[in-house]
Amino acid sequence: MTELDTQKQAALAAIADAASLDALEEQRLAALGKKGWVSLALKTLGQMNPEERTAAAPAIQSARAEIADAIETKKAALETAALEAQLARETIDLTLPTQAAPRGSVHPVSQVMDELAEIFADLGFAVATGPEIDDDWHNFTALNMDETHPARAMHDTFYFPDQTSEGREILLRTHTSPVQIRSMLAQGAPIRLIAPGRVYRSDSDATHTPMFHQVEGLVVDKDIHLGHLKWTLETFFKAFFEREDIVLRLRPSYFPFTEPSVEVDVGYSTEGGRRVVGGHGDAPGHAWMELGGSGMVNCRVLEFAGIDPDEYQGFAFGLGIDRIAMLKYGMNDLRAFFDGDPRWLAHYGFSPFDQPTLSAGVGARA
Amino acid sequence: MKFSLIWLKDHLETTATVAEICDALNAIGLEVEGVEDPAERLAGFRVAHVLTAARHPDADKLQVLTVDTGEGDPLQVVCGAPNARAGMKGVLGLPGATVPANGMVLKKSAIRGVESNGMMCSVRELELGEDHDGIIELPDDAPVGTSFADYHGASPVIEVSVTPNRPDCMGVYGIARDLAAKGLGTLKPIAMPAFSAAGDCPVAIRTDDSAGCPAFYGRVITGVTNGASPDWLQQRLTSAGQRSISLLVDLTNYLMLGFGRPAHVYDLAKLQGAVVARRAKDGEQVLALNEKTYTLDPEMVVIADDNQVHDIAGIMGGEDSGVSETTTDVLLEIAYFDPARIGATGRKLGLASDARTRFERGVDPEFLDTGLDLLTGLIVELAGGTASEAVRAGSPPSNAKVIAFDPGLTLRLGGVEVGEEEQKSILESLGFTVGQGWQITCPLRRLDIEGPADLVEEVVRIYGLDKVASVPLPRAEGVARPTATPQQKLERSLRRAAAASGLHEAVTWSFLPEWAAEHFASDQPLWVLANPISEDMKAMRPSLLPGLLMAAKRDADRGADTTRLFEIGRRYFRSGNGLSDEKPTLGTVLAGDKAERGWQSGKAKVFDAYDAKALALELLEAAGAPVTNLMVMGDAGAQFHPGQSGTLRLGPKVVLARFGMVHPATLKAFDVDGPIAAAELFLDAIPAKKSAAFARPGFTPPALQAVTRDFAFLVPETLAAGDLVRAVQGADKAVISSVRVFDVFAGAGVPEGKKSVAIEVTMQPGETSFKDADLKTLAEKIVAAAGKLGAELRG
Repeated sequence: MTELDTQKQAALAAIADAASLDALEEQRLAALGKKGWVSLALKTLGQMNPEERTAAAPAIQSARAEIADAIETKKAALETAALEAQLARETIDLTLPTQAAPRGSVHPVSQVMDELAEIFADLGFAVATGPEIDDDWHNFTALNMDETHPARAMHDTFYFPDQTSEGREILLRTHTSPVQIRSMLAQGAPIRLIAPGRVYRSDSDATHTPMFHQVEGLVVDKDIHLGHLKWTLETFFKAFFEREDIVLRLRPSYFPFTEPSVEVDVGYSTEGGRRVVGGHGDAPGHAWMELGGSGMVNCRVLEFAGIDPDEYQGFAFGLGIDRIAMLKYGMNDLRAFFDGDPRWLAHYGFSPFDQPTLSAGVGARA
Repeated sequence: MKFSLIWLKDHLETTATVAEICDALNAIGLEVEGVEDPAERLAGFRVAHVLTAARHPDADKLQVLTVDTGEGDPLQVVCGAPNARAGMKGVLGLPGATVPANGMVLKKSAIRGVESNGMMCSVRELELGEDHDGIIELPDDAPVGTSFADYHGASPVIEVSVTPNRPDCMGVYGIARDLAAKGLGTLKPIAMPAFSAAGDCPVAIRTDDSAGCPAFYGRVITGVTNGASPDWLQQRLTSAGQRSISLLVDLTNYLMLGFGRPAHVYDLAKLQGAVVARRAKDGEQVLALNEKTYTLDPEMVVIADDNQVHDIAGIMGGEDSGVSETTTDVLLEIAYFDPARIGATGRKLGLASDARTRFERGVDPEFLDTGLDLLTGLIVELAGGTASEAVRAGSPPSNAKVIAFDPGLTLRLGGVEVGEEEQKSILESLGFTVGQGWQITCPLRRLDIEGPADLVEEVVRIYGLDKVASVPLPRAEGVARPTATPQQKLERSLRRAAAASGLHEAVTWSFLPEWAAEHFASDQPLWVLANPISEDMKAMRPSLLPGLLMAAKRDADRGADTTRLFEIGRRYFRSGNGLSDEKPTLGTVLAGDKAERGWQSGKAKVFDAYDAKALALELLEAAGAPVTNLMVMGDAGAQFHPGQSGTLRLGPKVVLARFGMVHPATLKAFDVDGPIAAAELFLDAIPAKKSAAFARPGFTPPALQAVTRDFAFLVPETLAAGDLVRAVQGADKAVISSVRVFDVFAGAGVPEGKKSVAIEVTMQPGETSFKDADLKTLAEKIVAAAGKLGAELRG
């Protein structure tokens, strides 16, 4: 073994033993530094003749490369070990709780109103609104209920002591039907609209609240008849409940603002103590449930609203929004709708990202 | 309206079952609200014959009977009734029957060691009366083995809801007529009891108000005996939910419930002089049959004699001339009153009655004579007496409405094809006359029929609404067009943005307790209800915050640490024409802890005014408001902490929102613990988007990098940081792209009356990079602009 070999083996052993980057650097300087033995050995080549140089150079240069590689390898190993040690020191307890961002919700009434808007938009209905504090002309007279009409008394109306400048009584609208009148007066015919909103009746018990939500539907055009009304409600309920087995039953009824007037029932069954809409109401285990009133718009109403009843006819319907929300989403207490209890809202409310769309289905599943 | 099947069958010849009748009633618009079948309750009870009765071997008070039930061997029954004896007929409950009075299910048992196979029943046990002294004793001819329900004449009772347009169906006869038209049977002619009228009516009858009382018919019957009503009459009234009072009263009720025809019977002995329909005098009083005194006015029609008012016409009779057990001579009254006036009177007096319900909806003007003769005949038959001739003052309306009808309208409006012959037959079965060229003459009782659409309804409801087929609405070509208005879109985005930022959407009452509304009132008078349902729901809200504060209080009272609520709804103000001005608004309340205590964050943090400001800005941005242009100003309102609240304005006048900490006085008024932050966004003030285009302006990022420089100023303590920022921004609007406060400090090292405000200014070079000289100039401009507000650059 040459001296070079001996030196090399010793250096490689020292490199392998280096416990730190500093110790490794010492070895690098000892071998490859300006005064290092490899550098000195390389310098000896300059004084040799070409033959000697050819003979000695490969060994020296190979030793330099070998040592440099060993240093690089060892350096990487030491750095990795150091990083691992650092990371080990940085370990944290990830079972500790994080801070959750507060989660909000959309009220079921708003959600269902958005669903209504989405479904009816597809059928060509716009959403109309009107004042909640209205006068008796829009709420009653124009809907074919003059001052002496017995149906007026049946409406449990909230009145204000005030009068309009035309001397009309001011009241809280008892239904969304005045929006029909205002919309027809403003737009004329043909017209297709729904009018969701707050309505008021001085009635309060387990199933009635003095304020609740209704949606009015109105279609006035040429050649519109009861068959269109039936189809529209069927189509709406199929889309709203996202089921095809909706069966409606129409019953004759009476509303001053429609003629003929029709009460709409839907077939349902009871599953686990809950009403589930669907199926024929006369089928075993099924029954009928009243959903709302409707009918062909009374020609007097059309006249009050400035539309020629000889040219146009149409239908109107009214549904309780809170009620269909309860049927779809399973709430059982109407009063809780208006209590503002965040626990109830978190339970029955909807994610802001549940924006109803036709492509995803308008409903938000539990 | 309630009536028994037997009663219905007085007028309708039918073989239909109760279920078929109910289906038909629903189908023609007489909604069935319930059916009660007493036969179901009396199932298992039979007419039985007691053959033998012997003393119980082990009990003095008990007897052992053998009872013939009409089939099989006689049964042994143990009975404790003192009147049980051999030979009598009674009612036996068989094992399996349920005793109506106590719900006990009978079973075969041993009583003191003797087998008993049923129970002989008392009146009370079968809920037929109060008597419980012994078992029921039936007449000797009672057929043994018959079900007691059949023997007793128990008949299913049907309750229907009659819509206000159909007063003609507020009597069993009218319902029978509708059912006959539907094909459920044949309408029987009214059975008129014969009587002979003799002599002039001894009382003068008159109507002095031909508008309010166009017709007043009557007659006197002398020598009647008032007493208990016969069973058939009592059973019918009971099925209708009416108590039997006395024969004369019951008969008028029978006329009303059976034929929809109210009438009145006066005790003739208590009348003085002529009996007149007239307007009441102002302040005139009457003690009505409900034992309340009513004060009348000249808008009301009354029936009066020389001395006093005896009847609030069409609504309720007077106590003073009502019939009693001792009445012998009576005056019958059958009148026709103006429906509108009856309704107005009833509303004004707050007095409801079965008669009013019928008169205000409109009774049949053609039924006066029939009604009078029917009532007279029944009284003479059942109470005896001699009838005088009838007197007829005035005459009821007699002009029948004639409507030109096009049978094609049934298809065009009703959506169902009904043959002309069938339409004609339906209309005729309901009493309409179909004349030449489809001129339809309406029966006078059908006041609800106004035009052709009503006739379509008659045809369709009898023909069957279930035969109307669904027909799709015509649909515009292509994909449905958008329909939402800008305001609707704004509310939708805002609602979902608020929910996304952690708030629960509440829906609170539009009305508030008056004090709560008053607390938040503007300078306008509130809308206060004349007839609130309670004091807590009286005044329309001028702000969304009271309702939310009350909800937050309820939540805190339940122990909640934090409440984040919002609501989108209306505030109610007044407009010029006396109507309302309803402003769309978002209100939000942040109560309790903003962040709960945590291992990282330490103690719980409460909400502050900056949270309300941040929320207001975030939501305004979601609503599309130009938030970078907003000014923070004061005047949030007296309900807010004066030093910790503000308004966000677009220009000095347009207030888009108010926000801040709720005033301690407000917290106290609402009895809720603070601090609570709140904000209200005025959605009608948010300007509409200017551009309707989809394409956005081109994207041109600046070519050169922006430069930031920090400046620390000493400013007067009272200087608003916003003013300093605005002044600095104004130093070179073209170059300064943003100014941000990153430190505010007062105290050690800062002179008294001053504070240090440090800002980071970002400057955006245009075509060429800034040179040192440019930056120096800019810095000087910034310092100079700040200096105008009294700011000095800190050394």
